[in-house]
Amino acid sequence: MKNIPFVLAGVLFGVIMVKTEAISWFRIHEMFRFESFHMYGLIGVAIVVSALIIFVMKKTNMKTLTGHLISYSPMKLRPSRHLLAGAIYGMGWALSGTCPGPVYVLLGYGYWIVAIMFLGALLGTYSYALVKSKLPH
Amino acid sequence: MSISNYFETFLQFVSQPWHWSVGGVLLALIVFFMTWMGQSFGVSTSFKALCSVAGAGKRVPFFNINIKQEYWRLAFVLGALIGGLIAATYLKSPEAVDISASTIAYLQSIGIDYSQADTIGSGLVFTELFNYASFKGVFLALAGGFLVGFGARYGNGCTSGHAITGMAHLQLPSFLTVIGFFIGGIFMTYLIFPHLMNL
Repeated sequence: MKNIPFVLAGVLFGVIMVKTEAISWFRIHEMFRFESFHMYGLIGVAIVVSALIIFVMKKTNMKTLTGHLISYSPMKLRPSRHLLAGAIYGMGWALSGTCPGPVYVLLGYGYWIVAIMFLGALLGTYSYALVKSKLPH
Repeated sequence: MSISNYFETFLQFVSQPWHWSVGGVLLALIVFFMTWMGQSFGVSTSFKALCSVAGAGKRVPFFNINIKQEYWRLAFVLGALIGGLIAATYLKSPEAVDISASTIAYLQSIGIDYSQADTIGSGLVFTELFNYASFKGVFLALAGGFLVGFGARYGNGCTSGHAITGMAHLQLPSFLTVIGFFIGGIFMTYLIFPHLMNL
């Protein structure tokens, strides 16, 4: 029951993704071709407003509902890992036109072919774990 | 006007595509909610959690996690699925996604007619390519999903975790990961995808 708020947040997220067209393969293709401001505006506003909110939460020492101060456990800076992993992900994002959030939203929307992308993502996740020790981190 | 008329008018109003600025502010509210709940907004980790639920932890220690700590994330993605269903049922846009004329012209030049590209006419998924009747389409859908899943785990996050949450926390690793997203995305879009269409 305590996870119901997360379900509701997910519902809102799903509706936002559909209505802002961020789940559109064509919007993603357009974004990577720099032919519209749409996706940049969407992600840009989300980053700036989130950054402001987090800044205020930290400044006012606001506590989370679990009673902690706002914190973020940073990743170790490993530029080549970030760029390489990002590039692999980016190729998949551009090809499939979906990132992890939209995969679920599109399945709910009724695009059954996205089940294949979902399956691919699970296989990719599993494969990463298998070869993890051989990759530069 | 009766109440049901007002409701109808309201539904029609929100069924239009939303401006990116509205969407951006609403996404930030989700980041706020997640932070307030003591969690960090990120969707791709749900794939890891699902592998764990399916028992992958018995074979690969990477998936040997306390699954109870991931229930909130699975609740969120279940909600996202329901959100997609609700939007498709009650909030369908009257017309296909209005992408730019230059993208439509470019797609035409590589043999894609935008008006036919999404066979249900919403402009959401390139179903003319990605459909179960096409071996190539299924293979490319699987390959695209694979790269997303692999890259997200290797990079420890996706668009929500790095591009939005990480950037909002002013994290240099997230910034570099997003640069990587664009290196890979541009490489795929300009250098590989047009050739895939010719196969």
